[in-house]
Amino acid sequence: MEATQTANQNAAIPIQVKILRKSFGEQAVLSGINLEVRQGETLSILGRSGTGKSVLLKLIVGLQAPDSGSICIHGKDIVGLPMDQLNEIRMKIGFLFQNSALYDSLTVEENVAFPLRRHIKMSDGKRKQRVRELLASVDMEQESQKMPGDISGGMQKRVGLARALALGPNILLFDEPTAGLDPITAAEIGELILKLQKERNMASVVVTHDIHGAQIVSDRVALLRDGQILIEGTFEDLQKSSDTFVVQFLNDGSLGGHHV
Amino acid sequence: METGFPGAKTAVAFFEWFGDLGTFCGRLTAPFFVPPYEVREFVRQFDELGSKSLPLAALAGAATGVVLSLSTRDGLTRFGAESLLPAVIVLSIIKESGPIITALVVSGRAAAGIGAELGAMKVTEQIDAIEVSAVNPFKFLVATRVLACILMLPLLTLVTDFCGIFMGWVTTTLANPISLRLFLANGFQNVTFGDFLPSTLKTMVFGLIIGLVACFQGMRTHGGTEGVEHAATTSVVLSSLLIILADVLLVRLILVFFP
Repeated sequence: MEATQTANQNAAIPIQVKILRKSFGEQAVLSGINLEVRQGETLSILGRSGTGKSVLLKLIVGLQAPDSGSICIHGKDIVGLPMDQLNEIRMKIGFLFQNSALYDSLTVEENVAFPLRRHIKMSDGKRKQRVRELLASVDMEQESQKMPGDISGGMQKRVGLARALALGPNILLFDEPTAGLDPITAAEIGELILKLQKERNMASVVVTHDIHGAQIVSDRVALLRDGQILIEGTFEDLQKSSDTFVVQFLNDGSLGGHHV
Repeated sequence: METGFPGAKTAVAFFEWFGDLGTFCGRLTAPFFVPPYEVREFVRQFDELGSKSLPLAALAGAATGVVLSLSTRDGLTRFGAESLLPAVIVLSIIKESGPIITALVVSGRAAAGIGAELGAMKVTEQIDAIEVSAVNPFKFLVATRVLACILMLPLLTLVTDFCGIFMGWVTTTLANPISLRLFLANGFQNVTFGDFLPSTLKTMVFGLIIGLVACFQGMRTHGGTEGVEHAATTSVVLSSLLIILADVLLVRLILVFFP
């Protein structure tokens, strides 16, 4: 009875990472990460460049395999899962890549239609309608026939976001969502993320090195250092910390632009 | 891996490459045969490969026909066997020149294209994006391209053969007028299916080499623009080299089974 209750509780937690370790050769990138993200919650993972933030996201979606530890998505450990079962879980996860990773041989519309075409049986008309709605939700319906190379970086992020939302995921992962964007566009993307979070009540993980936007979109933040989570909590918890690195990170972050 | 003698690193890298290629082929086996099949993407790749390689194959075939006619005529005239010229041209093109020239031309055109395309997709995380969309990139990107190469090569070889024989006749008739009908009748007089079929179908192996090597090099790309350039170059160099080596074996095998 108790075991069933625990299993149900775990299934209710969209992302649960336990003692996760990952090394590349001799270099240990993640050394025992533990974290949980609940439904409707946004966790931002902060840290300096090269601290394994993006690796952590790729581990959560199964693009890389950890050396040890477990990654449970809705209570199911994805480590070592066969590809067909992993793909079933991936359909519940949206991923916005750092450089959007749009398929450059397809139009904006075809990019968003790609996951729909593969996984959901629907008529061409219905699919087009669904794509239009998705593009409208990120204010990109006017650019549907353009190629990714013909639109700006901010627009590419929006299209990437529409594609990530195509299958109606309940988990959304953002890898540096505003990196390389000007402050105004970055703020717009931040607002868009916030708006979509409110509308869809997803569990989200935002990986970023910029502290300001993280403060806007996150419920909690985790600061990564030397492959471990140095501190985790609300933004206020971080500000109260007397740890030299946390203080320095917050102070240096305050000098930067308004990026997520 | 540290070893004491010179050249060891290269030797290790050489064997590692084959090992990785073997693993790559292993990962490709299931996507190749297990449904659902990526018919739409396969047709797109087949069309693209054919349309872009066709003019090159035709041109290379035509040039081969001209060169064969010019160079062989001189030798045959010396021995008083000029009447054998059509047969020599036809047999030479059908049995060896057509298939190998086609394979090398497609290797230059398609292997570079596939290596660079997949390499660029790899470094810009597009392949990761496909995987995250719960689509197997081996099935969607690799199997379709490899199959397109395997099936397109024999068709392109027919084009090369046709252009080679036709231009062989044009060159021959300019020096010593002969009707096309007579040229073909003389040329194909002693040609059997045993000459034509195995030689044409062996290009499927060349297609497999081109597709596999180019996809393999593309999918293991890393390091940005330089990595993409490296993937494109090595795809052409390695596939061309392996085609020539495979041809040695295939010619011997064909001689065993079709003496």
